[in-house]
Amino acid sequence: MAVAVEGRRRRPRRPGKSRTPYVLIAPAVVAMLGFLVYPMASVLYYSLQQYNVSKPWEDGFAGLANFQTLLNDPLFWQSLGFSGKWVLVEVTLQLLFGLALALIVNETFIGRAVSRALVFSPWAVSGVLTTGIWILLYNPTTGVFRYLADLGVGSYDIAPLADPNTVFTAAVVAELWRGVPFFAILLLADLQTINNDLYEAAAVDGASRIRRFLHITLPHLKDAIILSTLLRAVWEFNNVDLLYTLTGGGPAHQTTTLPLYVAAKAVQSHDFGYGSALTTAAFLILTFFSIAYLRLSKFGART
Amino acid sequence: MTTTLPRAQLPLPVRTPPQKGRGGPHRVSRWQIYLPLGLYLLFTLVPFYWMLVFAFRPRGSDSLLPWPITFDNFATVWTGMGFGMFFQNSLLVGVASLISTTVIALSGGYALARYAFKGRQLFLVAMLCTQFIPGAMMLIPLFEIFRTLGLVNSLWALVIAETVFQLPLSLILISGFIRNIPIELEQAAWVDGCSRLRAFFAIVLPMLRPALVAVGSFAFIHSWNNFLFALMFVSEQEKFTLPVGLAFTIGEFSVDFGALAAGGVVAAVPVVLVFAVIQRYLVQGMSAGAVKG
Repeated sequence: MAVAVEGRRRRPRRPGKSRTPYVLIAPAVVAMLGFLVYPMASVLYYSLQQYNVSKPWEDGFAGLANFQTLLNDPLFWQSLGFSGKWVLVEVTLQLLFGLALALIVNETFIGRAVSRALVFSPWAVSGVLTTGIWILLYNPTTGVFRYLADLGVGSYDIAPLADPNTVFTAAVVAELWRGVPFFAILLLADLQTINNDLYEAAAVDGASRIRRFLHITLPHLKDAIILSTLLRAVWEFNNVDLLYTLTGGGPAHQTTTLPLYVAAKAVQSHDFGYGSALTTAAFLILTFFSIAYLRLSKFGART
Repeated sequence: MTTTLPRAQLPLPVRTPPQKGRGGPHRVSRWQIYLPLGLYLLFTLVPFYWMLVFAFRPRGSDSLLPWPITFDNFATVWTGMGFGMFFQNSLLVGVASLISTTVIALSGGYALARYAFKGRQLFLVAMLCTQFIPGAMMLIPLFEIFRTLGLVNSLWALVIAETVFQLPLSLILISGFIRNIPIELEQAAWVDGCSRLRAFFAIVLPMLRPALVAVGSFAFIHSWNNFLFALMFVSEQEKFTLPVGLAFTIGEFSVDFGALAAGGVVAAVPVVLVFAVIQRYLVQGMSAGAVKG
Protein backbone atom coordinates (compact mmCIF):
# COMPACT_ATOMS: atom_id res chain seq x y z
CA MET A 1 0.00 0.00 0.00
CA ALA A 2 1.87 3.02 -1.18
CA VAL A 3 1.05 5.77 1.18
CA ALA A 4 3.63 8.26 0.10
CA VAL A 5 1.96 11.20 -1.51
CA GLU A 6 4.64 12.64 -3.64
CA GLY A 7 4.45 15.95 -5.38
CA ARG A 8 5.77 14.54 -8.61
CA ARG A 9 2.35 14.13 -10.19
CA ARG A 10 1.82 16.57 -13.01
CA ARG A 11 -0.63 19.28 -12.09
CA PRO A 12 -4.02 18.67 -13.61
CA ARG A 13 -4.42 20.46 -16.90
CA ARG A 14 -6.60 23.41 -17.77
CA PRO A 15 -7.09 24.85 -14.33
CA GLY A 16 -9.53 27.64 -13.71
CA LYS A 17 -12.83 28.43 -15.19
CA SER A 18 -13.82 25.17 -16.85
CA ARG A 19 -17.14 23.78 -15.74
CA THR A 20 -16.28 20.25 -16.81
CA PRO A 21 -14.79 18.95 -13.53
CA TYR A 22 -17.85 20.08 -11.60
CA VAL A 23 -20.17 18.32 -14.01
CA LEU A 24 -18.10 15.16 -13.80
CA ILE A 25 -17.97 15.07 -10.06
CA ALA A 26 -21.52 16.24 -9.47
CA PRO A 27 -23.12 12.77 -9.29
CA ALA A 28 -20.65 11.67 -6.62
CA VAL A 29 -21.13 14.89 -4.65
CA VAL A 30 -24.90 14.74 -4.85
CA ALA A 31 -25.01 11.10 -3.79
CA MET A 32 -22.69 11.67 -0.86
CA LEU A 33 -24.38 14.88 0.26
CA GLY A 34 -27.80 13.30 0.15
CA PHE A 35 -27.07 9.92 1.64
CA LEU A 36 -24.00 10.44 3.82
CA VAL A 37 -23.64 14.05 4.88
CA TYR A 38 -27.30 14.84 5.35
CA PRO A 39 -28.00 11.65 7.39
CA MET A 40 -24.95 12.36 9.51
CA ALA A 41 -26.21 15.88 10.19
CA SER A 42 -29.65 14.60 11.02
CA VAL A 43 -28.17 12.13 13.51
CA LEU A 44 -26.63 15.11 15.27
CA TYR A 45 -29.97 16.90 15.18
CA TYR A 46 -32.00 13.94 16.45
CA SER A 47 -29.52 13.35 19.25
CA LEU A 48 -30.78 16.60 20.76
CA GLN A 49 -34.41 15.63 20.35
CA GLN A 50 -36.84 13.47 22.20
CA TYR A 51 -37.90 11.35 19.26
CA ASN A 52 -39.64 8.05 19.76
CA VAL A 53 -41.91 6.67 17.06
CA SER A 54 -43.88 4.69 19.61
CA LYS A 55 -44.41 7.75 21.85
CA PRO A 56 -44.85 10.64 19.39
CA TRP A 57 -46.68 12.82 21.92
CA GLU A 58 -43.43 13.27 23.87
CA ASP A 59 -41.37 14.37 20.86
CA GLY A 60 -39.60 17.69 20.98
CA PHE A 61 -36.34 19.45 21.72
CA ALA A 62 -34.55 17.71 24.56
CA GLY A 63 -31.25 19.53 24.87
CA LEU A 64 -28.60 17.25 26.23
CA ALA A 65 -31.06 14.99 28.02
CA ASN A 66 -30.26 12.04 25.76
CA PHE A 67 -26.59 12.37 26.57
CA GLN A 68 -27.33 12.52 30.26
CA THR A 69 -29.29 9.29 29.97
CA LEU A 70 -26.39 7.82 28.08
CA LEU A 71 -23.86 8.60 30.79
CA ASN A 72 -26.03 6.79 33.33
CA ASP A 73 -26.85 3.86 31.07
CA PRO A 74 -24.99 0.75 32.24
CA LEU A 75 -25.69 -0.98 28.92
CA PHE A 76 -23.95 1.85 27.05
CA TRP A 77 -20.79 1.41 29.08
CA GLN A 78 -20.99 -2.36 28.90
CA SER A 79 -21.40 -2.40 25.13
CA LEU A 80 -18.70 0.21 24.69
CA GLY A 81 -16.37 -1.89 26.82
CA PHE A 82 -17.16 -4.99 24.83
CA SER A 83 -16.63 -3.11 21.55
CA GLY A 84 -13.19 -2.07 22.76
CA LYS A 85 -12.28 -5.59 23.77
CA TRP A 86 -13.62 -7.06 20.53
CA VAL A 87 -11.74 -4.57 18.35
CA LEU A 88 -8.49 -4.95 20.26
CA VAL A 89 -8.50 -8.75 20.23
CA GLU A 90 -9.64 -9.05 16.62
CA VAL A 91 -7.30 -6.47 15.14
CA THR A 92 -4.27 -7.76 17.04
CA LEU A 93 -4.83 -11.39 16.12
CA GLN A 94 -5.79 -10.61 12.54
CA LEU A 95 -2.68 -8.49 12.12
CA LEU A 96 -0.34 -11.15 13.54
CA PHE A 97 -1.81 -14.00 11.50
CA GLY A 98 -2.19 -11.81 8.42
CA LEU A 99 1.43 -10.65 8.57
CA ALA A 100 2.71 -14.20 9.02
CA LEU A 101 0.55 -15.35 6.13
CA ALA A 102 1.69 -12.49 3.88
CA LEU A 103 5.34 -13.30 4.61
CA ILE A 104 4.76 -16.96 3.80
CA VAL A 105 2.94 -16.49 0.51
CA ASN A 106 5.48 -13.86 -0.52
CA GLU A 107 8.15 -16.56 -0.66
CA THR A 108 8.76 -18.51 -3.83
CA PHE A 109 7.46 -22.06 -3.67
CA ILE A 110 5.54 -24.56 -5.69
CA GLY A 111 1.79 -24.03 -5.49
CA ARG A 112 2.05 -20.41 -4.43
CA ALA A 113 -0.64 -19.01 -6.71
CA VAL A 114 -3.18 -21.61 -5.63
CA SER A 115 -2.27 -21.20 -1.97
CA ARG A 116 -2.76 -17.46 -2.21
CA ALA A 117 -6.16 -17.79 -3.79
CA LEU A 118 -7.25 -20.32 -1.17
CA VAL A 119 -6.05 -18.53 1.95
CA PHE A 120 -7.45 -15.20 0.74
CA SER A 121 -10.84 -16.62 -0.17
CA PRO A 122 -12.73 -16.11 3.14
CA TRP A 123 -12.28 -12.37 2.52
CA ALA A 124 -15.14 -12.53 0.02
CA VAL A 125 -17.51 -14.29 2.39
CA SER A 126 -20.24 -12.34 4.17
CA GLY A 127 -20.70 -12.14 7.90
CA VAL A 128 -23.98 -14.00 7.74
CA LEU A 129 -22.47 -16.81 5.71
CA THR A 130 -19.56 -16.98 8.15
CA THR A 131 -22.10 -17.41 10.90
CA GLY A 132 -23.88 -20.14 8.97
CA ILE A 133 -20.68 -22.06 8.41
CA TRP A 134 -19.43 -21.76 11.98
CA ILE A 135 -22.78 -22.71 13.43
CA LEU A 136 -22.40 -25.99 11.55
CA LEU A 137 -18.87 -26.36 12.90
CA TYR A 138 -19.67 -25.47 16.50
CA ASN A 139 -22.92 -27.37 16.85
CA PRO A 140 -22.45 -30.34 19.22
CA THR A 141 -24.38 -32.72 16.95
CA THR A 142 -23.08 -31.60 13.55
CA GLY A 143 -19.76 -29.99 14.31
CA VAL A 144 -16.08 -30.81 14.30
CA PHE A 145 -15.99 -31.46 18.01
CA ARG A 146 -18.24 -34.48 17.67
CA TYR A 147 -16.01 -36.03 15.03
CA LEU A 148 -12.94 -35.20 17.10
CA ALA A 149 -14.61 -36.89 20.08
CA ASP A 150 -15.17 -39.93 17.87
CA LEU A 151 -11.41 -40.00 17.44
CA GLY A 152 -10.93 -39.70 21.16
CA VAL A 153 -10.01 -36.01 21.21
CA GLY A 154 -12.02 -33.76 23.49
CA SER A 155 -15.51 -34.68 24.59
CA TYR A 156 -19.02 -34.88 23.15
CA ASP A 157 -20.46 -32.04 25.15
CA ILE A 158 -18.39 -29.17 23.81
CA ALA A 159 -20.88 -26.51 22.67
CA PRO A 160 -18.85 -23.31 22.23
CA LEU A 161 -21.78 -21.02 21.46
CA ALA A 162 -23.99 -22.18 24.31
CA ASP A 163 -21.37 -21.88 27.03
CA PRO A 164 -20.93 -18.33 28.40
CA ASN A 165 -17.28 -19.12 29.08
CA THR A 166 -16.44 -19.93 25.49
CA VAL A 167 -18.87 -17.83 23.46
CA PHE A 168 -16.39 -14.95 23.17
CA THR A 169 -13.56 -17.19 21.95
CA ALA A 170 -15.92 -18.92 19.54
CA ALA A 171 -16.99 -15.60 18.02
CA VAL A 172 -13.40 -14.36 17.86
CA VAL A 173 -12.25 -17.46 15.96
CA ALA A 174 -15.10 -17.22 13.46
CA GLU A 175 -14.39 -13.53 12.79
CA LEU A 176 -10.69 -14.32 12.55
CA TRP A 177 -11.42 -16.81 9.83
CA ARG A 178 -12.79 -14.17 7.50
CA GLY A 179 -10.71 -11.26 8.84
CA VAL A 180 -7.14 -12.50 8.47
CA PRO A 181 -7.17 -12.40 4.64
CA PHE A 182 -7.77 -8.62 4.72
CA PHE A 183 -4.41 -8.04 6.39
CA ALA A 184 -2.73 -10.77 4.36
CA ILE A 185 -3.82 -9.13 1.10
CA LEU A 186 -2.89 -5.57 2.09
CA LEU A 187 0.45 -6.50 3.64
CA LEU A 188 1.37 -8.78 0.75
CA ALA A 189 0.68 -5.87 -1.60
CA ASP A 190 3.09 -3.74 0.41
CA LEU A 191 5.71 -6.48 0.75
CA GLN A 192 5.88 -6.64 -3.03
CA THR A 193 7.03 -3.04 -3.21
CA ILE A 194 10.18 -3.72 -1.18
CA ASN A 195 13.28 -3.49 -3.30
CA ASN A 196 14.94 -6.89 -3.26
CA ASP A 197 18.42 -5.33 -3.43
CA LEU A 198 18.03 -4.32 0.20
CA TYR A 199 17.68 -7.94 1.26
CA GLU A 200 20.62 -9.00 -0.86
CA ALA A 201 22.85 -6.29 0.51
CA ALA A 202 21.84 -7.26 4.04
CA ALA A 203 22.45 -10.92 3.29
CA VAL A 204 25.91 -10.10 1.95
CA ASP A 205 26.59 -8.24 5.18
CA GLY A 206 25.65 -11.39 7.05
CA ALA A 207 22.44 -10.13 8.63
CA SER A 208 20.27 -12.94 9.93
CA ARG A 209 16.74 -13.39 8.65
CA ILE A 210 15.29 -12.02 11.87
CA ARG A 211 17.45 -8.93 11.63
CA ARG A 212 16.49 -8.43 8.01
CA PHE A 213 12.85 -8.69 9.00
CA LEU A 214 13.25 -6.21 11.86
CA HIS A 215 15.37 -3.68 9.98
CA ILE A 216 14.06 -3.87 6.42
CA THR A 217 10.64 -5.48 6.26
CA LEU A 218 9.03 -4.05 9.34
CA PRO A 219 10.04 -0.41 8.81
CA HIS A 220 8.84 -0.65 5.22
CA LEU A 221 5.51 -2.08 6.33
CA LYS A 222 5.05 0.45 9.12
CA ASP A 223 2.67 2.84 7.40
CA ALA A 224 0.71 0.01 5.80
CA ILE A 225 0.33 -1.62 9.20
CA ILE A 226 -0.81 1.60 10.85
CA LEU A 227 -3.34 2.35 8.14
CA SER A 228 -4.67 -1.19 7.81
CA THR A 229 -5.05 -1.65 11.56
CA LEU A 230 -6.89 1.67 11.77
CA LEU A 231 -9.23 0.87 8.88
CA ARG A 232 -9.82 -2.57 10.28
CA ALA A 233 -10.42 -1.28 13.80
CA VAL A 234 -13.07 1.11 12.52
CA TRP A 235 -14.57 -1.67 10.44
CA GLU A 236 -14.59 -4.17 13.30
CA PHE A 237 -16.08 -1.55 15.57
CA ASN A 238 -18.88 -0.79 13.13
CA ASN A 239 -19.64 -4.16 11.61
CA VAL A 240 -22.53 -6.03 13.14
CA ASP A 241 -23.33 -8.85 10.71
CA LEU A 242 -21.43 -11.64 12.41
CA LEU A 243 -22.29 -10.99 16.03
CA TYR A 244 -25.88 -10.12 15.18
CA THR A 245 -26.43 -13.50 13.60
CA LEU A 246 -23.98 -15.65 15.60
CA THR A 247 -24.76 -14.62 19.16
CA GLY A 248 -27.41 -11.93 18.77
CA GLY A 249 -25.39 -9.93 21.30
CA GLY A 250 -26.07 -12.49 23.98
CA PRO A 251 -25.99 -14.31 26.26
CA ALA A 252 -27.19 -11.57 28.61
CA HIS A 253 -25.74 -8.72 26.46
CA GLN A 254 -22.31 -10.28 26.92
CA THR A 255 -21.40 -9.86 23.26
CA THR A 256 -23.33 -6.67 22.50
CA THR A 257 -21.22 -4.09 20.71
CA LEU A 258 -22.19 -0.45 20.63
CA PRO A 259 -23.62 -0.58 17.07
CA LEU A 260 -25.62 -3.68 18.03
CA TYR A 261 -27.01 -1.75 20.96
CA VAL A 262 -27.91 1.16 18.69
CA ALA A 263 -29.64 -1.15 16.26
CA ALA A 264 -31.58 -2.72 19.12
CA LYS A 265 -32.60 0.71 20.45
CA ALA A 266 -33.70 1.95 17.06
CA VAL A 267 -35.43 -1.17 15.83
CA GLN A 268 -36.91 -2.72 18.92
CA SER A 269 -37.78 0.25 21.08
CA HIS A 270 -38.08 2.82 18.24
CA ASP A 271 -36.20 5.32 20.37
CA PHE A 272 -34.61 7.27 17.53
CA GLY A 273 -33.57 10.21 19.68
CA TYR A 274 -31.59 8.12 22.13
CA GLY A 275 -30.28 5.90 19.30
CA SER A 276 -28.96 9.03 17.60
CA ALA A 277 -27.25 10.17 20.79
CA LEU A 278 -25.57 6.76 21.03
CA THR A 279 -24.54 7.10 17.40
CA THR A 280 -23.09 10.54 17.94
CA ALA A 281 -21.15 9.31 20.96
CA ALA A 282 -19.79 6.37 18.97
CA PHE A 283 -18.77 8.62 16.09
CA LEU A 284 -16.96 11.03 18.42
CA ILE A 285 -15.17 8.21 20.22
CA LEU A 286 -14.15 6.66 16.92
CA THR A 287 -12.86 9.92 15.49
CA PHE A 288 -10.99 10.76 18.69
CA PHE A 289 -9.26 7.38 18.81
CA SER A 290 -8.43 7.46 15.11
CA ILE A 291 -6.74 10.85 15.35
CA ALA A 292 -4.92 9.86 18.54
CA TYR A 293 -3.78 6.62 16.91
CA LEU A 294 -2.44 8.36 13.82
CA ARG A 295 -0.65 10.94 15.95
CA LEU A 296 0.86 8.50 18.43
CA SER A 297 1.98 6.05 15.78
CA LYS A 298 3.65 8.87 13.81
CA PHE A 299 1.91 7.83 10.64
CA GLY A 300 3.72 8.94 7.52
CA ALA A 301 6.86 9.93 9.40
CA ARG A 302 10.01 8.87 7.61
CA THR A 303 11.94 6.33 9.58
CA MET B 1 -7.64 -11.52 -18.52
CA THR B 2 -5.86 -8.25 -19.14
CA THR B 3 -2.29 -9.39 -19.22
CA THR B 4 -1.64 -7.83 -22.59
CA LEU B 5 -2.13 -4.30 -21.32
CA PRO B 6 0.77 -1.88 -21.42
CA ARG B 7 2.75 -1.45 -18.24
CA ALA B 8 1.66 2.14 -17.78
CA GLN B 9 -1.34 1.18 -15.74
CA LEU B 10 0.80 -0.73 -13.31
CA PRO B 11 2.24 2.12 -11.36
CA LEU B 12 4.84 2.07 -8.62
CA PRO B 13 8.14 0.24 -8.51
CA VAL B 14 8.83 -3.16 -9.91
CA ARG B 15 5.92 -5.46 -9.45
CA THR B 16 7.74 -8.76 -9.76
CA PRO B 17 7.71 -10.73 -6.53
CA PRO B 18 11.04 -10.70 -4.78
CA GLN B 19 13.03 -13.83 -5.46
CA LYS B 20 14.39 -13.69 -1.99
CA GLY B 21 17.81 -15.25 -1.59
CA ARG B 22 16.95 -18.11 -3.87
CA GLY B 23 19.64 -20.73 -3.57
CA GLY B 24 21.61 -18.42 -1.33
CA PRO B 25 22.76 -19.18 2.17
CA HIS B 26 19.62 -17.70 3.67
CA ARG B 27 16.96 -19.47 1.75
CA VAL B 28 13.89 -20.49 3.65
CA SER B 29 13.65 -24.23 3.97
CA ARG B 30 10.63 -26.01 2.54
CA TRP B 31 9.04 -27.07 5.80
CA GLN B 32 9.18 -23.55 7.18
CA ILE B 33 6.77 -22.62 4.40
CA TYR B 34 4.69 -25.73 3.97
CA LEU B 35 4.05 -26.54 7.63
CA PRO B 36 2.48 -23.22 8.74
CA LEU B 37 0.84 -22.80 5.35
CA GLY B 38 -0.65 -26.26 5.57
CA LEU B 39 -1.98 -25.63 9.05
CA TYR B 40 -3.49 -22.34 7.99
CA LEU B 41 -5.02 -23.88 4.89
CA LEU B 42 -6.65 -26.44 7.14
CA PHE B 43 -8.19 -23.63 9.20
CA THR B 44 -9.38 -21.90 6.01
CA LEU B 45 -10.69 -24.90 4.14
CA VAL B 46 -12.26 -27.14 6.78
CA PRO B 47 -15.16 -24.67 7.30
CA PHE B 48 -15.80 -24.49 3.54
CA TYR B 49 -15.61 -28.26 3.33
CA TRP B 50 -18.03 -28.68 6.20
CA MET B 51 -20.56 -26.54 4.40
CA LEU B 52 -20.16 -28.55 1.19
CA VAL B 53 -20.51 -31.88 2.98
CA PHE B 54 -23.72 -30.83 4.67
CA ALA B 55 -25.12 -29.35 1.50
CA PHE B 56 -24.48 -32.38 -0.69
CA ARG B 57 -24.91 -35.40 1.56
CA PRO B 58 -28.29 -37.01 2.13
CA ARG B 59 -30.36 -36.07 5.14
CA GLY B 60 -29.50 -38.10 8.24
CA SER B 61 -26.15 -39.18 6.89
CA ASP B 62 -23.15 -39.01 9.19
CA SER B 63 -20.52 -39.43 6.56
CA LEU B 64 -17.71 -36.92 6.20
CA LEU B 65 -17.83 -37.42 2.47
CA PRO B 66 -20.73 -35.94 0.50
CA TRP B 67 -21.61 -39.38 -0.83
CA PRO B 68 -24.01 -40.53 -2.19
CA ILE B 69 -24.28 -37.04 -3.56
CA THR B 70 -27.72 -35.47 -3.51
CA PHE B 71 -29.22 -32.18 -4.62
CA ASP B 72 -32.32 -32.47 -2.44
CA ASN B 73 -31.16 -29.73 -0.10
CA PHE B 74 -30.75 -27.37 -3.01
CA ALA B 75 -34.21 -28.16 -4.29
CA THR B 76 -35.56 -27.45 -0.81
CA VAL B 77 -33.92 -24.06 -0.41
CA TRP B 78 -34.18 -22.91 -4.02
CA THR B 79 -37.89 -23.37 -4.48
CA GLY B 80 -39.30 -24.30 -1.07
CA MET B 81 -37.54 -21.63 0.97
CA GLY B 82 -37.42 -18.92 -1.66
CA PHE B 83 -33.66 -18.83 -2.19
CA GLY B 84 -34.24 -18.70 -5.94
CA MET B 85 -36.06 -15.42 -5.44
CA PHE B 86 -33.48 -14.15 -2.95
CA PHE B 87 -30.78 -15.01 -5.44
CA GLN B 88 -32.49 -12.91 -8.12
CA ASN B 89 -32.88 -9.99 -5.73
CA SER B 90 -29.25 -10.18 -4.64
CA LEU B 91 -28.15 -10.38 -8.25
CA LEU B 92 -30.21 -7.33 -9.17
CA VAL B 93 -28.87 -5.28 -6.27
CA GLY B 94 -25.32 -6.49 -6.90
CA VAL B 95 -25.27 -5.71 -10.61
CA ALA B 96 -27.08 -2.36 -10.25
CA SER B 97 -24.68 -1.28 -7.49
CA LEU B 98 -21.74 -2.40 -9.59
CA ILE B 99 -22.88 -0.31 -12.55
CA SER B 100 -23.81 2.83 -10.63
CA THR B 101 -20.68 2.75 -8.45
CA THR B 102 -18.39 2.24 -11.41
CA VAL B 103 -19.97 4.92 -13.60
CA ILE B 104 -20.12 7.58 -10.88
CA ALA B 105 -16.61 6.78 -9.64
CA LEU B 106 -15.25 6.83 -13.17
CA SER B 107 -16.55 10.28 -13.96
CA GLY B 108 -15.68 11.71 -10.54
CA GLY B 109 -12.30 9.97 -10.52
CA TYR B 110 -11.39 11.51 -13.87
CA ALA B 111 -12.25 14.97 -12.57
CA LEU B 112 -10.13 14.44 -9.46
CA ALA B 113 -7.20 13.10 -11.41
CA ARG B 114 -7.10 15.46 -14.38
CA TYR B 115 -8.47 18.82 -13.24
CA ALA B 116 -7.56 21.32 -10.59
CA PHE B 117 -10.76 22.89 -9.35
CA LYS B 118 -12.05 24.74 -6.37
CA GLY B 119 -13.24 22.41 -3.63
CA ARG B 120 -11.13 19.49 -4.84
CA GLN B 121 -9.10 19.37 -1.64
CA LEU B 122 -12.19 19.68 0.51
CA PHE B 123 -13.81 16.84 -1.36
CA LEU B 124 -10.77 14.60 -0.82
CA VAL B 125 -10.76 15.29 2.91
CA ALA B 126 -14.51 14.71 3.13
CA MET B 127 -14.07 11.36 1.40
CA LEU B 128 -11.48 10.29 3.95
CA CYS B 129 -13.82 11.30 6.76
CA THR B 130 -16.61 9.14 5.39
CA GLN B 131 -14.46 6.12 6.09
CA PHE B 132 -15.27 6.63 9.75
CA ILE B 133 -19.01 6.77 9.32
CA PRO B 134 -20.52 3.55 10.63
CA GLY B 135 -23.12 1.95 8.42
CA ALA B 136 -25.04 0.68 11.41
CA MET B 137 -25.20 4.19 12.78
CA MET B 138 -26.73 5.58 9.62
CA LEU B 139 -29.68 3.23 9.75
CA ILE B 140 -32.09 5.62 11.40
CA PRO B 141 -31.59 8.67 9.17
CA LEU B 142 -31.30 6.56 6.03
CA PHE B 143 -34.53 4.82 6.90
CA GLU B 144 -36.20 8.22 7.27
CA ILE B 145 -34.89 9.35 3.89
CA PHE B 146 -36.02 6.22 2.13
CA ARG B 147 -39.41 6.51 3.77
CA THR B 148 -39.72 10.07 2.46
CA LEU B 149 -38.69 8.91 -1.00
CA GLY B 150 -41.12 6.01 -0.84
CA LEU B 151 -38.27 3.54 -1.23
CA VAL B 152 -38.82 1.43 1.87
CA ASN B 153 -39.29 -2.16 0.77
CA SER B 154 -37.70 -1.32 -2.55
CA LEU B 155 -34.48 -2.93 -3.73
CA TRP B 156 -33.45 0.49 -5.08
CA ALA B 157 -32.94 1.68 -1.53
CA LEU B 158 -30.29 -1.01 -1.18
CA VAL B 159 -28.67 -0.03 -4.48
CA ILE B 160 -28.47 3.61 -3.39
CA ALA B 161 -27.10 2.83 0.06
CA GLU B 162 -24.54 0.37 -1.31
CA THR B 163 -23.39 2.77 -4.01
CA VAL B 164 -22.94 5.63 -1.60
CA PHE B 165 -20.93 3.59 0.85
CA GLN B 166 -18.76 2.16 -1.92
CA LEU B 167 -18.10 5.49 -3.63
CA PRO B 168 -15.26 6.94 -1.53
CA LEU B 169 -12.94 3.97 -1.90
CA SER B 170 -13.86 3.56 -5.57
CA LEU B 171 -13.17 7.22 -6.33
CA ILE B 172 -9.79 7.04 -4.61
CA LEU B 173 -8.85 3.88 -6.47
CA ILE B 174 -9.92 5.07 -9.89
CA SER B 175 -8.44 8.55 -9.64
CA GLY B 176 -5.19 6.96 -8.46
CA PHE B 177 -5.13 4.74 -11.52
CA ILE B 178 -5.96 7.59 -13.91
CA ARG B 179 -3.20 9.72 -12.46
CA ASN B 180 -0.77 6.95 -13.30
CA ILE B 181 -1.70 7.00 -16.97
CA PRO B 182 0.60 9.49 -18.68
CA ILE B 183 -1.44 12.46 -19.76
CA GLU B 184 0.75 12.70 -22.89
CA LEU B 185 -1.17 9.77 -24.32
CA GLU B 186 -4.37 11.77 -24.12
CA GLN B 187 -2.71 14.94 -25.32
CA ALA B 188 -1.46 13.16 -28.40
CA ALA B 189 -5.03 12.20 -29.21
CA TRP B 190 -6.25 15.77 -28.69
CA VAL B 191 -3.58 16.99 -31.08
CA ASP B 192 -4.87 14.50 -33.62
CA GLY B 193 -8.27 16.15 -33.32
CA CYS B 194 -9.90 13.82 -30.85
CA SER B 195 -12.37 15.39 -28.47
CA ARG B 196 -11.59 15.01 -24.81
CA LEU B 197 -14.47 12.59 -24.41
CA ARG B 198 -13.42 10.48 -27.36
CA ALA B 199 -9.84 10.40 -26.18
CA PHE B 200 -11.09 9.21 -22.82
CA PHE B 201 -13.04 6.34 -24.30
CA ALA B 202 -10.37 5.40 -26.82
CA ILE B 203 -7.30 5.70 -24.62
CA VAL B 204 -7.96 6.00 -20.91
CA LEU B 205 -10.83 3.58 -20.53
CA PRO B 206 -9.11 0.53 -22.01
CA MET B 207 -6.11 1.12 -19.76
CA LEU B 208 -8.33 1.33 -16.72
CA ARG B 209 -9.52 -2.23 -17.04
CA PRO B 210 -7.74 -3.55 -13.92
CA ALA B 211 -9.09 -0.65 -11.87
CA LEU B 212 -12.58 -1.18 -13.20
CA VAL B 213 -12.38 -4.88 -12.45
CA ALA B 214 -11.30 -4.09 -8.89
CA VAL B 215 -13.89 -1.38 -8.25
CA GLY B 216 -16.71 -3.26 -9.91
CA SER B 217 -16.05 -6.47 -8.07
CA PHE B 218 -15.65 -4.68 -4.74
CA ALA B 219 -19.03 -3.08 -5.27
CA PHE B 220 -20.59 -6.36 -6.31
CA ILE B 221 -19.15 -8.41 -3.45
CA HIS B 222 -20.04 -5.76 -0.89
CA SER B 223 -23.63 -5.39 -1.92
CA TRP B 224 -24.00 -9.13 -2.41
CA ASN B 225 -22.84 -9.61 1.17
CA ASN B 226 -24.56 -6.70 2.84
CA PHE B 227 -26.90 -7.76 5.54
CA LEU B 228 -27.82 -4.81 7.69
CA PHE B 229 -29.27 -2.49 5.06
CA ALA B 230 -31.19 -5.33 3.48
CA LEU B 231 -32.55 -6.34 6.86
CA MET B 232 -33.61 -2.84 7.82
CA PHE B 233 -34.92 -1.34 4.60
CA VAL B 234 -36.77 -4.37 3.26
CA SER B 235 -39.36 -6.30 5.18
CA GLU B 236 -41.37 -8.07 2.48
CA GLN B 237 -40.18 -11.60 1.99
CA GLU B 238 -40.34 -11.37 -1.80
CA LYS B 239 -37.71 -8.63 -1.63
CA PHE B 240 -35.27 -10.41 0.70
CA THR B 241 -31.67 -10.76 -0.40
CA LEU B 242 -29.59 -13.88 0.26
CA PRO B 243 -27.94 -12.77 3.52
CA VAL B 244 -31.33 -11.92 4.99
CA GLY B 245 -32.80 -15.23 3.83
CA LEU B 246 -29.81 -17.02 5.27
CA ALA B 247 -30.11 -15.18 8.58
CA PHE B 248 -33.73 -16.26 8.87
CA THR B 249 -32.72 -19.85 8.18
CA ILE B 250 -30.15 -19.60 10.98
CA GLY B 251 -32.65 -18.01 13.31
CA GLU B 252 -35.24 -20.72 12.95
CA PHE B 253 -36.20 -22.63 16.04
CA SER B 254 -34.83 -25.94 14.85
CA VAL B 255 -32.22 -25.26 12.22
CA ASP B 256 -32.33 -27.50 9.16
CA PHE B 257 -28.59 -27.93 8.75
CA GLY B 258 -28.74 -29.39 5.27
CA ALA B 259 -30.81 -26.45 4.08
CA LEU B 260 -28.60 -23.96 5.89
CA ALA B 261 -25.51 -25.42 4.21
CA ALA B 262 -27.16 -25.49 0.79
CA GLY B 263 -28.32 -21.90 1.22
CA GLY B 264 -24.78 -21.03 2.19
CA VAL B 265 -23.43 -22.60 -0.98
CA VAL B 266 -25.94 -20.64 -3.05
CA ALA B 267 -24.79 -17.44 -1.36
CA ALA B 268 -21.10 -18.31 -1.62
CA VAL B 269 -20.72 -19.49 -5.20
CA PRO B 270 -21.06 -16.14 -7.03
CA VAL B 271 -18.71 -14.21 -4.76
CA VAL B 272 -16.17 -17.00 -4.67
CA LEU B 273 -16.20 -17.12 -8.48
CA VAL B 274 -15.80 -13.35 -8.73
CA PHE B 275 -13.06 -13.53 -6.15
CA ALA B 276 -11.20 -16.28 -7.98
CA VAL B 277 -11.07 -14.06 -11.05
CA ILE B 278 -10.02 -10.85 -9.34
CA GLN B 279 -7.79 -11.97 -6.49
CA ARG B 280 -4.63 -11.38 -8.54
CA TYR B 281 -5.69 -7.82 -9.32
CA LEU B 282 -6.63 -7.27 -5.73
CA VAL B 283 -3.06 -7.36 -4.45
CA GLN B 284 -1.92 -5.40 -7.50
CA GLY B 285 -4.60 -2.75 -7.21
CA MET B 286 -3.99 -2.32 -3.51
CA SER B 287 -0.28 -1.72 -3.88
CA ALA B 288 -0.94 0.49 -6.88
CA GLY B 289 -3.39 3.22 -6.24
CA ALA B 290 -5.38 2.38 -3.21
CA VAL B 291 -4.44 4.75 -0.48
CA LYS B 292 -2.81 7.51 -2.40
CA GLY B 293 -5.54 10.07 -1.80
